[in-house]
Amino acid sequence: MAGTVTVPGSSVPSTPLLKDQLDIVIPTIRNLDFLEMWRPFFQPYHLIIVQDGDPSKVIKVPEGFDYELYNRNDINRILGPKASCISFKDSACRCFGYMVSKKKYVFTIDDDCFVAKDPSGKDINALEQHIKNLLSPSTPFFFNTLYDPYREGADFVRGYPFSLREGAPTAVSHGLWLNIPDYDAPTQMVKPRERNSRYVDAVLTIPKGTLFPMCGMNLAFDRTLIGPAMYFGLMGDGQPIGRYDDMWAGWCVKVICDHLSLGVKTGLPYLWHSKASNPFVNLKKEYKGIFWQEDIIPFFQNATLSKECDTVQKCYISLSEQVREKLGKIDPYFVKLADAMVTWIEAWDELNPSAAASEAVAENGKATK
Amino acid sequence: MSLEVQDSEVDIVIAALQPNLTSFFEAWQPFFSRFHIIVVKDPDMAADLKIPSGFDVKVYTKSDIEGLLGATSINFSGHSCRYFGYLVSRKKYVISIDDNCLPAKDTAGMTVDAVTQHMINLKTPATPFFFNTLYDPYRKGADFVRGYPFSLREGVECMLSSGLWLHNADYDPMTHVVKRNQRNTNYVDAVMTVPLGAMMPVSGINVAFNREVLGPVMFPGLRIRKEGKHRWDTLEDIWNGLCAKVVCDSLGYGVKTGLPYVMRSDAEAGKALESLKDWEGVKVMDNVLPFFQSLKLSRTAVTVDDCVKELASIVREKLAPKNPIFAKAADAMEEWTKLWKSHGAQNA
Repeated sequence: MAGTVTVPGSSVPSTPLLKDQLDIVIPTIRNLDFLEMWRPFFQPYHLIIVQDGDPSKVIKVPEGFDYELYNRNDINRILGPKASCISFKDSACRCFGYMVSKKKYVFTIDDDCFVAKDPSGKDINALEQHIKNLLSPSTPFFFNTLYDPYREGADFVRGYPFSLREGAPTAVSHGLWLNIPDYDAPTQMVKPRERNSRYVDAVLTIPKGTLFPMCGMNLAFDRTLIGPAMYFGLMGDGQPIGRYDDMWAGWCVKVICDHLSLGVKTGLPYLWHSKASNPFVNLKKEYKGIFWQEDIIPFFQNATLSKECDTVQKCYISLSEQVREKLGKIDPYFVKLADAMVTWIEAWDELNPSAAASEAVAENGKATK
Repeated sequence: MSLEVQDSEVDIVIAALQPNLTSFFEAWQPFFSRFHIIVVKDPDMAADLKIPSGFDVKVYTKSDIEGLLGATSINFSGHSCRYFGYLVSRKKYVISIDDNCLPAKDTAGMTVDAVTQHMINLKTPATPFFFNTLYDPYRKGADFVRGYPFSLREGVECMLSSGLWLHNADYDPMTHVVKRNQRNTNYVDAVMTVPLGAMMPVSGINVAFNREVLGPVMFPGLRIRKEGKHRWDTLEDIWNGLCAKVVCDSLGYGVKTGLPYVMRSDAEAGKALESLKDWEGVKVMDNVLPFFQSLKLSRTAVTVDDCVKELASIVREKLAPKNPIFAKAADAMEEWTKLWKSHGAQNA
């Protein structure tokens, strides 16, 4: 793993680029002008653009980027009837990009996110930090009070069991945002001027058994470890809810990571979130979710996965059954969602034949309860 | 809850493991001077204490400890002496900092008022049921993020605030030896709640707690056989913190970690190699942690005192067979509940 021990006086080992192992997935409905600012960091990588909305519109990709672009017609053509699981008129459609990617790692970013500066004024290479996070272990079983123990200048503190110091493989790296914070509509309305200006210089593992709100604006993950669980749900057009796509994925992902002893990190890197979406539009989208999440959270907190669920797909199908049974009572939407979760896995396996599934089992070993 | 800190609600408890506390007190003067300070002198230390004037200080020595408690199975020597200070304090809150720590400076070069930060931590709610990715939602400029359930936004009362250390970080002796030149220069500008069910190593170097509620679980329970005067020769605070976290989880209280930082001096760094020969701590935590992770206190234990009694008996039953130090820990925990009842339970 990268960067674990440094001999005083020697140079820090640099983070590998992984340009042939990582895809950048970007959902867009307007344009990709923001890529110009990211060019120094993104140009070596392959981009997967998922174009939402009107497929007849032409989205111009800046010169010099290597990319594949999918619009709604492409999604329908590739998935056929299974395309029903991919949301329309919502950035949730980005998960189609995860499915068609052939790389080990995915980094996804919103098209209103730009390069931020760290407190010293230096541009933050968000992708490099995500790679560092994914390549070094997580520590979900005991909280390290100095945060990431594998970081330069840090370590495990006194009292940290030695048997746990190898850590667990990292499946997800969840980054943060300066400027416009990721607030829900009510908070946005009460605090329209609030900006996140606090740079918290830490990466930490979210402990096993703890859920969190996963934001899709600045997110990276290991497709081979957790990809099939990164379904962003049914949102947008024709659906009763929006702005819960990443949240839904995050809760499923965390329950499955906890079960398979994989780690989820949060913290660095920061990027600069430039646009605050319209809070009234947001409120309409989130409204049902605000009430439903009161039931959804306890559902995920109490969800169990059996020992037989030793692959991500099996875990996910099991979750979909529990969603159908327990959340279906709240609203028929959840029955539809449970169906879509199954369709997603079928589509994933079709596009990513058995190599991915068996690799996931081999890497994780036996699943734990 | 008012964030204003009243002089009458806080005691500062300092364990004196070195005789000359002049520079320590002078450095902390701006932050300590308004409060009553309890100094407990390590019973094993022969030299007289030097404390500058201008502070409201009460010093307790070996004879005070013996005089008040008589014969007790709890060993208050070394770092454990500070717990005697917890016992005799009569305030709602206690803040305790090691005597080789000075105020730190933040990234803007401002001196950190660790006392006020601990009090803010204890007087604002904790959020153990769901992780907030922007850390402390009650902090100015922050809030709960999208996806955070509204029913969980009131939080719960924070009972324990565990601070951090710049420069000489709290490592075990192995890490001190291998990374002897490493110093912690990373100022992480965050306070966060340690989630429900998550265990963490609470370092006694820089802590604060609600004594009124948590006092009965703030004991020196676990002594490793070759316990010494260096922090890396002890696990008593780690054990204390794990017990406190289990109790807080069980009773719906919160524990926070992060700010404030203190600046911890190098004084001990060179001697870690000597401690390696017999360091029991290497293996002890491998038994201790799984024990705490699988612990569930009964619903009928509704006070901290109830929880400690139950905890002590489970320790005796499940851990004591593995190592006699755990039997002694159970003894100490039970002894503490008795001492707390007769000496600690009163408040000002």
